[in-house]
Amino acid sequence: MTALFNWLSQIGAVTWFGLRTIVQRGGSSASAVVGIAGVVAVLVGVLSMAQGILSTMDNSAAPDTVVVLRSGANTEMMSGLSREETKIIADAPRVARGADGPLSSAELFVIINLPKRSTGTDANVPLRGVEPPAFLVRDNLKIVDGRRFERGRNEVIVGQAAAREFEGLDLGADLEVGRNTWRIVGVFTEGDGVSESEIWADAGVLQPAYQRGDSFQSVYAKLDSPDGFEEFKDALTTDPRVSLKIQSQADYYGEQSTILVTLISTLGTLIATLMAIGAVFGALNTMYTAVAARTREIATLRALGFGATPIVVSVMLESIVLALIGGVIGGGLAYVAFDGFRAATLNWSSFSQVAFAFDVTFTLLVIGVVWAAVIGLIGGLFPAIRAARMPVATALREQ
Amino acid sequence: MRFLGLIWSNLRRKKLRTSLTLLSILVAFVLFGYLVAIEAAFSMGVQVAGLDRLVVRHKISIIQFLPISYEARMESLPGVDAASHQTWFGGIYQKPTNFFAQIPVDAEELLDMYPEYILSPEEEAAWLSTKTGALVGRATANRFGWKVGDRIPIQATIWTKKDGSRTWEFDVVGIFDGAKQGTDLTNFFFRYDYFDEARSFGEGQIGWYMVRVKDPSKAAEVAAAIDREFANSSAETKAEPEGAFLQGFAKQVGNIGAIMIAILSAVFFTILIVAANTMAQSVRERTSELAVLKSLGFTHRGVMLLVLAESCWLGVTGGLVGLALAWYLISLGDPTGGALPNFYFPTDKLLIGIVLTVLLGLAAGIFPSLQALRLKIADAIRR
Repeated sequence: MTALFNWLSQIGAVTWFGLRTIVQRGGSSASAVVGIAGVVAVLVGVLSMAQGILSTMDNSAAPDTVVVLRSGANTEMMSGLSREETKIIADAPRVARGADGPLSSAELFVIINLPKRSTGTDANVPLRGVEPPAFLVRDNLKIVDGRRFERGRNEVIVGQAAAREFEGLDLGADLEVGRNTWRIVGVFTEGDGVSESEIWADAGVLQPAYQRGDSFQSVYAKLDSPDGFEEFKDALTTDPRVSLKIQSQADYYGEQSTILVTLISTLGTLIATLMAIGAVFGALNTMYTAVAARTREIATLRALGFGATPIVVSVMLESIVLALIGGVIGGGLAYVAFDGFRAATLNWSSFSQVAFAFDVTFTLLVIGVVWAAVIGLIGGLFPAIRAARMPVATALREQ
Repeated sequence: MRFLGLIWSNLRRKKLRTSLTLLSILVAFVLFGYLVAIEAAFSMGVQVAGLDRLVVRHKISIIQFLPISYEARMESLPGVDAASHQTWFGGIYQKPTNFFAQIPVDAEELLDMYPEYILSPEEEAAWLSTKTGALVGRATANRFGWKVGDRIPIQATIWTKKDGSRTWEFDVVGIFDGAKQGTDLTNFFFRYDYFDEARSFGEGQIGWYMVRVKDPSKAAEVAAAIDREFANSSAETKAEPEGAFLQGFAKQVGNIGAIMIAILSAVFFTILIVAANTMAQSVRERTSELAVLKSLGFTHRGVMLLVLAESCWLGVTGGLVGLALAWYLISLGDPTGGALPNFYFPTDKLLIGIVLTVLLGLAAGIFPSLQALRLKIADAIRR
């Protein structure tokens, strides 16, 4: 017990001594801190972009909502369903029912070109035609300004993110698409979900405008409870009249964002890994310098009877403390610079714009600090071993 | 030149520190390579866009179809040299993440429109004579290990066949390389006559046109003339130079270029601080040595140049090895496994990288070398 206490107090004394002298080695220590802060800031920043897109998709996905496409289609754009097929889906078991019938909306999905406010160049903006139950299926959709469109009229409502990102989507304005003019009568939110990047119109009006006859592309339906999914799916997959792809909304959106999220996180991690390797070299340099500067001190301590382990631990602790300072600074920078930063990008899967906000989550910050600690650990390990192995007699003679 | 040995032994004074500094500079330049390659990839091939080519799409959006009859009408317009059509097939090979573009085209027109695709005469002949033939870019062929003669099944997501099936089979008749660095080698072209006969809907409808103008300097006027030709029709067009089209597409993805440059600057700044600090430290440690050199008759400038040469050697050596390593790693291919079609190290950026290695060396060495320049023998030796 005494031995352990003695050991710990040795570590404490040596580490405290090392940490107090960091200031004297300011330049060298600061460069390691700056390097590690850079790594963490880049890592957290890029991953927060991927996280933001995921959050946007997640925010839209209700557990009791299903998305039905034609079998073989991956996206709404590639899908096609006849009115009969959409009726069969609406009448399937476990679909929730409201006062006016099943909570099932057959929808059309097209894209139109509108200039992006940030660049002034054309972007693919999703235009969705929906049936009245759509507002019951997506029950977190709220009109924040104006009103809903009326059935059968050339009116649209626009998502708040779409209104922010694209030119001309102002309440009361007219939106000209080809030969059609649509009056913008409302602005809606959907809990920061995907729909906020969209423009919505009455499906019945959009069909003739796009020469779609009486066909649709997808059906969004609400089930009476989330555990009704299997029964709903089985009923439709065994129905010989239809050949459909049935997914929960969460799975559908997950699939929609896979390519984009993989791309961003792969590139982000690659860049951060390279930077981390660079930062390890920086940290090694700093700690070797720190050890070299304290050669005589360390040798004196050893001569006084301090063990090798406290020396190793103290050098590593010093390195990790520096790394953690860097990690916290980098995480803080990323949080201040990126959190909530709004942007829109092209979702390759749906070939249309999705607006999102960078999301610096607590988990990402923890990941960043863990990276920093690992860099500090590796950066401290070898210099620590060198410090412990130093022959006391020669080291004492060093200048 | 006489002092090379001196510089060399100075560098070897603390081998570990020199190696670590070299390695961190090396990593910085590998990173530089990746960043410029990513930036090139996100610019969607704007650098290699044909100056004489226009893209003509439906005015509302590129997903709306245009009638195939527009081709002849465009070719009759003054200033138009040739027109050819393309359509988005959107099929899947084995699994959805194996993404690459499949495009039905007119066989002869493709060869005429894209002189940058390099094929052997046998491959060209096979392409013109095989109705189910397909021309595949080198990158995609390598990715899936396809060879000429392979039969490739593609699952349609949009285009079901008349017989109700969704599997389209194509015979690879040629694999094309690019004449220029950055040519998109991921495309999979197959024949429109096969496509149009077999598809269950949309006959006579195509996705967009590529139009070659006679005089590139009049591209904007020709584009305007094309749009006028189809104004007030049921399918109005938007014509624009290929470069502008691709740039617009790149801008849809967002200003990745700016983000990358910001990161790059941050990284460089970081590495610069680290390297400069190391240099400064090694000069500080040698204060008395430098004073001895001066007292032996070295001029102030000579000592300064000695220090500067040392840091430049570090910058250039670490940098060049880093650039070479980056070149090699990038040539291994896209790290995302296919999401970035134009992933390459642009040659012009390589030159910038080489200049940067020298600049890094100069910037890192400037303060320590000035310190060496001002060093007074009497003060230094007394320390």
